[in-house]
Amino acid sequence: MNLQFVVDGLLTGSMIGLGAIGVTLTYSILRFANFAHGDFMAWGTYATLAVVGAIGAMVGKVAPIGALSFGWPLIVALIVGCVLTGLMALALDAVLFSRLRSRGQSIIVVMASFGASMALRSLLEFIFTSRPAYFSRAIQIAMPVGFGIRVTPDQIALLVLTAVLVAATHLMMTRTRTGRSMQAVSQNPALARVVGIDVARVVRATWLLGGALACVAGVMVGILVQIRPLMGFDMLLPMFAAAILGGIGSVPGAVLGGLIIGLAEAAAVQFVGAEWRAAVSFVILMAVLLVRPIGLFGVKER
Amino acid sequence: MIDLIGYGAFFLINALIFALITLGLNLQWGLTGLFNVGVAGFVAIGAYVSALLTTPDDPARFGGFDLPILIGWAVAMAASSLAAAVTGFATLRLRSDYLAITTFGVAVVVQLVALNAQSLTGGAFGIGFIPRPFAGLAENPLAFNLSNLAVVAAVTLVAWLALEHLSRSPWGRVLKALREDERAAVSLGKSARFYRIQAFAVGGALMGLAGAVQAHFIGFIAPDNYAPMLTFQIWVMLIVGGSGSNLGAVVGAVLVWAIWAGSGAATAAFFPPEQQARAASLQIVAIGVMLCLILLFRPSGLFGDRPFRRRLGLKARKPLETP
Repeated sequence: MNLQFVVDGLLTGSMIGLGAIGVTLTYSILRFANFAHGDFMAWGTYATLAVVGAIGAMVGKVAPIGALSFGWPLIVALIVGCVLTGLMALALDAVLFSRLRSRGQSIIVVMASFGASMALRSLLEFIFTSRPAYFSRAIQIAMPVGFGIRVTPDQIALLVLTAVLVAATHLMMTRTRTGRSMQAVSQNPALARVVGIDVARVVRATWLLGGALACVAGVMVGILVQIRPLMGFDMLLPMFAAAILGGIGSVPGAVLGGLIIGLAEAAAVQFVGAEWRAAVSFVILMAVLLVRPIGLFGVKER
Repeated sequence: MIDLIGYGAFFLINALIFALITLGLNLQWGLTGLFNVGVAGFVAIGAYVSALLTTPDDPARFGGFDLPILIGWAVAMAASSLAAAVTGFATLRLRSDYLAITTFGVAVVVQLVALNAQSLTGGAFGIGFIPRPFAGLAENPLAFNLSNLAVVAAVTLVAWLALEHLSRSPWGRVLKALREDERAAVSLGKSARFYRIQAFAVGGALMGLAGAVQAHFIGFIAPDNYAPMLTFQIWVMLIVGGSGSNLGAVVGAVLVWAIWAGSGAATAAFFPPEQQARAASLQIVAIGVMLCLILLFRPSGLFGDRPFRRRLGLKARKPLETP
């Protein structure tokens, strides 16, 4: 048996997991399923691509770092892209979601996010056309690491980045004041307000964090696969499934859910056929909803 | 002049098929408050089932059973409503967003099956040679379009009358009661979940019927017809017309389809061929922005007869308010 699918699954799972953190936080704190989250991912990736291009135009060609396929411009651009994606999420919240939320119609917000998702995605297609784009066209040599598994330097770097980001997000959620306020609002908004938590601030933090992580997930897809306007929308179902599998509101749950779905997808590609990959998250989603709707680490709603 | 009537009939046939889907969605969302983001999937199930049953035998794939069109339509309705009932059964005891996510998944999977299960659905090339009503008149496009229009209009009318009747029947009153005050309705001994599953299944049946009617009118189906775009169009039609109103559903469908076809023709006329894909995406942006604007400023649409209800779903909690 070829174990290569384990590495592929972990990589796909990292992308899904990072995206699912944003989904699960929006769902538990703002209380709606955000169908535009995938498009935050795509917009963040294109923003990063644009910044890489701008840096390239200013300083010329930059040698890649060590064995990686990218140099410092991509790292700088990723940070800028994360900020931009967070700001875009905030802007969308200000013009659309917050107004509908204040009327107390949670499902209308879901519908608005669906409309926004269509508009955002088509706007990307309009600006960048649907031709795929790439951060780098260089081909990397995969190194054998035993058990018949080969990995490229990019893949290792991105797996490490995911681990660092997930650990940082978890620490932020459990150890900092902002993170604890977020948990408080997610558990009981009325009580959180009573004890003096600034709910508007928590909402801002949620969008910024979710948007930034979506951007990282998108750039990972961009580095390892390709950049397309539909890239985020195609990740939407796996991200929802991961968030529900992990238990709504749980950051470690979302990541674990993402890894499980990523591994299951990779296994399906190896044993069933690549064309059925997209059905995996649906099967897992249905199974979770029928057997344990609160997910792995979910808490019963009060 | 004759051409104009012919085109008018062709336009109305398409618009009324959309109206039929929108009526189904209105039953699910407008009357019952169930959020279906997988409309395209249920339409596709109807179209494919009917196509499989009525096409002549094809050695390249499963079936082609050469059955009469009406049987195709009936089984299409049954298949789509069964799919809707199963979806509802799995999710309707949970928060309302879960139904949205699951139906979204249904649409993804249906498209995947349509694309990949080549021996069943013909894969990316779709299914052709679907028998068309009044195919004998195809020599004369005007007579063909007008007679098909009569069929589609009759189907839409029957669906409308049935829905109007249903919404006034005891059954419809239970749905409205559940929508307005679930706790009160449940305390009167009505099973919320059971009634919601029924409404979702009936709405799904209408979507399946519309898919079958469309497949038989065009004579050819392919997976691309059932992209998420279709779901989005139907939602815009319902919201523009005003959810909760059957009249709104039909008027919204015709109006939005007119805007859609009109702006499509305009982009075809004013943009060079290589720019048309981009212009088409701008068209979607405009419709998406329109949906959001209506939700913000006129949530009841043209004919919506009620303010959107406050409480949704079994465990819907009041969403977070930011000061």
